Amino acid sequence: MSDITHIKPYLRLSGLEPLIVRPETNFINVGERTNVTGSKKFARLIRDGQYEEALSVARQQVESGAQVIDVNMDDAMLEGVEAMTTFLNLVQAEPDIARIPIMIDSSKFAIIEAGLKCVQGKCIVNSISMKEGEEKFIEQAFICKSYGASVIVMAFDEVGQADTKDRKVEICHRAYKILTEQVGYDPQDIIFDPNIFAIATGIEEHNNYAVDFIEGTREIKRLMPLAKVSGGVSNVSFSFRGNDHVREAIHSVFLYYAIAAGMDMGIVNAGQLVVYDEIEPTLKALCEDVILNRNNDDNGATEKLIQFAETVKAKGKEIVKDESWRLEAVEKRMAHSLVNGITDYIDQDTEEARQKYPKPLDVIEGPLMDGMNIVGDLFGAGKMFLPQVVKSARVMKKAVAVLTPYIEQEKEDKRLAHIAAGTVNEEGAGAAKILLATVKGDVHDIGKNIVGVVLGCNGYDIIDLGVMVPADKILSEAKKHNVDIIGLSGLITPSLDEMVYIGREMARQQMDLPLLIGGATTSRMHTAVKIAPEYENGVVHVLDASRSVTVAGSLLNKETKGPFLEGIKKEYEKLKTDFGNKKSAKQYLTFAEAQQNPAAIAWEEFKPVKPAFTGTKVFNDYPLDEIAEFIDWQPFFIAWELHGKFPAILTDEVVGKEATNLYNDAQKLLKKIIDEKWLTAQGVVGFWEANKVAADSVHVHDDGKIQKLEFLRQQIKKAAGQPNLSLADFIAPEGHPAQDHLGAFSVTIHGIEPHIKRFEQALDDYSKITLQALADRLAEAFAELLHKKTRTELWGYVTDEHLDNEQLIKEEYQGIRPAPGYPACPDHTEKYKLFELLGGEEATGIHLTESLAMYPASSVCGWYFAHPESKYFGVGKIEKDQLEDYTERKGMPLEEVTRWLRPILE
Amino acid sequence: MQAYASQQIKGGYMSTIKDELKKRILIIDGAMGTMIQRHKLEEADYRGERFKDWHTDVKGNNDLLSITEPQIITGIHKQYLEAGADIIETNTFSSTSIAQADYDMQSLAYELNVASAKCAREAADEYTAKDPSKPRYVAGAIGPLNKTLSLSPDVNNPGFRAVTFDEVAAAYTEQIKGLVDGGVDILLIETIFDTLNAKAAIYAIRHFFKERNLPELPVMISGTITDASGRTLSGQTLEAFYVSVMHANPLSVGLNCALGAQEMRPHIEELSSIAGCFTSAYPNAGLPNAFGEYDEQPHETAHIIEEWAANGWLNIVGGCCGTTPDHIKHIAQEVAKFAPRALPVLEKELV
Repeated sequence: MSDITHIKPYLRLSGLEPLIVRPETNFINVGERTNVTGSKKFARLIRDGQYEEALSVARQQVESGAQVIDVNMDDAMLEGVEAMTTFLNLVQAEPDIARIPIMIDSSKFAIIEAGLKCVQGKCIVNSISMKEGEEKFIEQAFICKSYGASVIVMAFDEVGQADTKDRKVEICHRAYKILTEQVGYDPQDIIFDPNIFAIATGIEEHNNYAVDFIEGTREIKRLMPLAKVSGGVSNVSFSFRGNDHVREAIHSVFLYYAIAAGMDMGIVNAGQLVVYDEIEPTLKALCEDVILNRNNDDNGATEKLIQFAETVKAKGKEIVKDESWRLEAVEKRMAHSLVNGITDYIDQDTEEARQKYPKPLDVIEGPLMDGMNIVGDLFGAGKMFLPQVVKSARVMKKAVAVLTPYIEQEKEDKRLAHIAAGTVNEEGAGAAKILLATVKGDVHDIGKNIVGVVLGCNGYDIIDLGVMVPADKILSEAKKHNVDIIGLSGLITPSLDEMVYIGREMARQQMDLPLLIGGATTSRMHTAVKIAPEYENGVVHVLDASRSVTVAGSLLNKETKGPFLEGIKKEYEKLKTDFGNKKSAKQYLTFAEAQQNPAAIAWEEFKPVKPAFTGTKVFNDYPLDEIAEFIDWQPFFIAWELHGKFPAILTDEVVGKEATNLYNDAQKLLKKIIDEKWLTAQGVVGFWEANKVAADSVHVHDDGKIQKLEFLRQQIKKAAGQPNLSLADFIAPEGHPAQDHLGAFSVTIHGIEPHIKRFEQALDDYSKITLQALADRLAEAFAELLHKKTRTELWGYVTDEHLDNEQLIKEEYQGIRPAPGYPACPDHTEKYKLFELLGGEEATGIHLTESLAMYPASSVCGWYFAHPESKYFGVGKIEKDQLEDYTERKGMPLEEVTRWLRPILE
Repeated sequence: MQAYASQQIKGGYMSTIKDELKKRILIIDGAMGTMIQRHKLEEADYRGERFKDWHTDVKGNNDLLSITEPQIITGIHKQYLEAGADIIETNTFSSTSIAQADYDMQSLAYELNVASAKCAREAADEYTAKDPSKPRYVAGAIGPLNKTLSLSPDVNNPGFRAVTFDEVAAAYTEQIKGLVDGGVDILLIETIFDTLNAKAAIYAIRHFFKERNLPELPVMISGTITDASGRTLSGQTLEAFYVSVMHANPLSVGLNCALGAQEMRPHIEELSSIAGCFTSAYPNAGLPNAFGEYDEQPHETAHIIEEWAANGWLNIVGGCCGTTPDHIKHIAQEVAKFAPRALPVLEKELV
């Protein structure tokens, strides 16, 4: 039996984590920037609906030490209830912010209550008071209590706001008795705000306001020791607004005395408080006089502080390009160039270092590796971002290029010396080697290139086999080069099977290298369930380039490798078990039942629109500048592992600067691409008469021939009233009085290869990856453009469409353009039919690989459905009965269909 | 409201259950679903005569059995009482208009609660009558809902909520009314994986009793720690969770579901040191095996729990998913020899 527990009457608050206010707890900083009345920036963000960025204001406060954040949406221009609800709901989704308790701040009780309905943790309500009488006060306090919130009670009664010490104490005491005796509040859940008013306003009566607050606080804490005292600190210095230097000093001095008197918490700008001891003595003395109302007859102290304030007013910021680093030692200069991605001086600095060090290799192993280690550390700590790292890599490569001829020469000299001396050539151990490849049938390699650069930066020797690499080549090259790790990449779903196959082959060939899996289509779950069981000696899914470094590091260190792989293995086994368990939980309809539950479309009321033409229309060399206007930039940043909404990402607190640099570089390159016609765009659009001839079969009439399309249908059991969708649902059935149509398109961007080669030769991975990413964006933009053209003129089923780019990105248009191999029609092999309809490789300029990836890699294709109710969806998993039926409809061997559809089969 | 009134006359259950809790560790029952499964009921059994033409499948709507097969539910309650349970939970985990929407049975929510409360009441009263020195209590089970207030079901839209606080509070109010009218002694908010849902239930309880000007029934609160990180699904640490529900002034606070006793141990230890009220724990019968079944044996569960009791962490203990009357019997036997956790002293001064 343990001793009896004693529980102290502390104020306890919570977000995702608890905040317990103990006597030894220091002053609690309540972040004030998420307040539309106090922060112009925050107010603007909320008014403009830029909640993503508004969240970063909250995050910044938490990072700079706020222990509670005050949220206020009292603005005449705002729908306060809605803004409070939206913002707090979003905050709940950000664990780094939701970690701390929320102070819900409003003068309107409806907004407070709306806020209380969004937060699971124990909040503080700021504030209630007796200004409208006791009855209302009790009613509001009861409501706060039923949400479990602590309350701030403002020293305000029917008569008005308390300004003197005595009034403050009297009102607070009265409120305390009501709350504890009539509403049932625990004393520790009551927080008083005895009103901080502006001092040094020039009005004599205001001079004692700080003293009244401080002395009032002292008495309140004496009478009601469990209750807390809080206040809005920035009010006190209101007459010095615009002069942050003086304001910060006043705040610090004020808090110094108020905290000593018992003030427990305050609303402050957590990132902007000077340390009391660091305030310059003259200013500190002046502030003390003003706050404590000393030497202040005829506003004497006030005048002095105002005079002082004039002298320190806004000195203005100067931006000078700082070149002082050029004066440092060569090692420091090289590190600076590496960290900042500056190529201007690296050749001369490297040459200088080469002459300083005994051997050229020492320059690589010394200053260059030291510099790259700094880069690696900063990247690992989230203080550098991918585009910067790639720029660093470029500096590194340039430096190495300067040294290589000397290293070769030295090797040759050594060899000759050995031969002359008759000794054997020693074999250097060298850096660990990592082989990277995009698997057979897949042509996408931006992600793989980035991984290569990042690993290269971390001192690994990268052997990049490129794209569409068959398994036997990957494995034989791995053996030939005696590599330490194999990394596979893939973007399209058939690549997953190829990866499983490579795992199996590695097991069969009794290899023992770790296998890394990455790329957009891969997942930890697939790796755990499908690849890891094939190969025993280590299979690890790597989420993105930044993780690849730690994973490679753990695998290449003899001591950590075992435990690391053991940990991964356990994790994957658990995932596999969980996956197995989950499987049984889902319910499926029989295929026949699913077919009985298609999209409910009233065909009898539908009048299809006839396209402007049938057959195909080819767009060769389409103007790139027109296409560029349709670019969706967000995926471009994602390719660089910068996550966030565009354009908000450009001003993001954390990555904004890098995102802006990247964007500017991309714009520059894009202009070049367009002006100098580096790339050409080729597209094909076609429309044909089409009818649904069975639940999931559509016949397309192509110039006398019939192309038979087969679709797959959702089979999972849906909620009542929800259909089991198939794309075939969106085509009018045979026998419909008016003829329906189906469309298709493909777009591709040609001509990237020579430029890639050029960048590779210039050791410029940064430009190479940017170019690849831009080509992808252009292909997507071209698809968007043609779709718009299709909707409004080529097919013309909508005449009055006014959508801006953002709405296009959000797919707020009528009709869809799903691509074979993607969720709504997951069978890649239907692509053969699509390309046949469009006129094959010749018309489209696109070659299909054996995995049905499209080459050039920057290509997009899809079907057009025009029906207003057509929408994107995922087929999800299908059952055996549908697989068999589909196999029969396709007229393909079951084995082959199974292989193509594996991702959607259980 | 009659049942409620009679209960008040019977002499304030709150005081009697508090007295009992000071004397000994009380036993709460085990899984209802596991026991229902043993009956291998089919669609037709769930429907009964009354719902034979209902337009959706209802198999799996276990709460409906309190109307269509009440003798089965009462029978299960009796098995648990026979095994030694002091507190039995009503078969109302999903008896809210929101959860019943899965079967299009929203309109039955109130009736389901009354029916389930009556099944449990009948069984408990029978056993109290057999041995008045061991009074049996009915806890009205208030489940977590299939829609959640702190999490967005749409990953692309984190600010979205599938349901509002007011809708949740209204659904719970209806459930509470049914449970109270059916005659429960306690309200048990359980399997809380989103604290905000629980706060809506607490809000509903507060306002329900205040508006009817009735004394509040005792409230038990039981959260769910979903993984080894020691947090709820909505991300709170155990202490943050406790702080967030303290205002319910609960009879007890505790943990149930998701974890087996083995995994729940450190959390119960922590809770026992921070809770100002009584504590409760009803873990699953271990973690599910590869087939999703619970295979921890009664003596195994009981053996782990025995140590908790010996450490003085417990006031109320029982079982959740996968536990059976046999588990409850073993647990009851093992903890009977230990004194209950003493209520902490709530100090009035800071120093």
